[in-house]
Amino acid sequence: MTDVIERSDATAAADEAVADIPDGATVLIGGFGSAGQPVELIDALRRHGAGDLTVVNNNAGNGDHGLALLLREGLVRKMICSFPRQSDSWHFDELYRAGRVELEVVPQGTLAERMRAAGAGIGGFYSPTGVGTLLAEGKEERELDGRRFVLERPLSGDYALVKAHVADRMGNLVYRRTARNFGPVMATAATTTVVQVSRVVPTGDLDPEAVVTPSIYVDRVVVL
Amino acid sequence: MSETHDASLTRDQIAARIAADIPEGAFVNLGIGQPTLVADHLDLERGVVLHTENGMLGMGRAATGDEIDPDLINAGKIPVVETPGASYFHHADSFAMMRGGHLDVCVLGAFQVSVAGDLANWHTGAPDAIPAVGGAMDLAIGAKQVFVMMTLFDKQGGSKLVPELTYPATGLGCVSRVYTDHGTFEVGADGPRVVDLHGLTADELAERTGLAFA
Repeated sequence: MTDVIERSDATAAADEAVADIPDGATVLIGGFGSAGQPVELIDALRRHGAGDLTVVNNNAGNGDHGLALLLREGLVRKMICSFPRQSDSWHFDELYRAGRVELEVVPQGTLAERMRAAGAGIGGFYSPTGVGTLLAEGKEERELDGRRFVLERPLSGDYALVKAHVADRMGNLVYRRTARNFGPVMATAATTTVVQVSRVVPTGDLDPEAVVTPSIYVDRVVVL
Repeated sequence: MSETHDASLTRDQIAARIAADIPEGAFVNLGIGQPTLVADHLDLERGVVLHTENGMLGMGRAATGDEIDPDLINAGKIPVVETPGASYFHHADSFAMMRGGHLDVCVLGAFQVSVAGDLANWHTGAPDAIPAVGGAMDLAIGAKQVFVMMTLFDKQGGSKLVPELTYPATGLGCVSRVYTDHGTFEVGADGPRVVDLHGLTADELAERTGLAFA
């Protein structure tokens, strides 16, 4: 069953949606840059104050909002991402250079596929991405049909925080344009998936052919 | 046979040179930075479809004014428009498309390319650098053909086309062609071959790069 959290006070709704995230949790956070970033849920997580988090996101925070503030508050022990260094990633850069945050850099497609594998019950996969590079060091390598591959392991989360566009009351989701990005794979890869949407429609109002994330993957929907 | 022209190419001319080699109906990914200039020279009536790794086929030009939508951006996080026939998909599908060899051409920038087609474009190897790879390694090994767009020489005058990489590799044996201000080169298992030269003679090229070309 999907819980639909609706409050006249959107801040209270967001706070309720993340209230049970414990210290030490692995949290998958959607978004590519600001598109699809669940900023209100991230802000709620920061207010909640759970620490020692492992956060999976494509980037490591931008500017002075969302994930960047979660980092600044010292709540993140480890970042798993593809592209931490950006012109406005100053909070991460400072923490990293001070040795106060761990970093695991993963090629972007491998990051997505590791989460897809986790959600699909796959124990690992051989990928040609990264073969012969620094990011393949320490990984099992195999030659299959004359091509070199490295073994990549699944990446799951305790929680996923995702931004979609519209949900129905069952928790079926549709996204908007390139804000879809990591949302659908993260929703499959977490024990508890929390989704912020612009609006909730009655069950039956979404075209079943158009549903991108089926409700089975969604635990909480909050309208923000 | 290679052709020799008198003047070196501007970035815009390199972009046009690359666009001329992209076949009709191709599915193409243009990397962040200089390669995005290639889009300005693609004739969309030839049915070239642009892929952006954050989940879209049929990407159009940069958006302006009221067209700007924060939910519609390219891999460089620049707002863009959609073209008729566009489609959206999630990140795992987007990279499956790439890794699975479905894209015809990918154009990337580079710090160095080796004569064997090894690519370095993600990390300078500097000890204090924060590593950031993004989609570079996936792009390098995914497309049927990987084109590199770069200047032939670095700011110190050293050749960026090299016998062996000195920067950390992004992918091995993955580049097929290198388009530069001074010429176009094929690289790979058969070694480097000159396609055309701009503002350099074959002798000057050999001297300044230290490489033997076919």
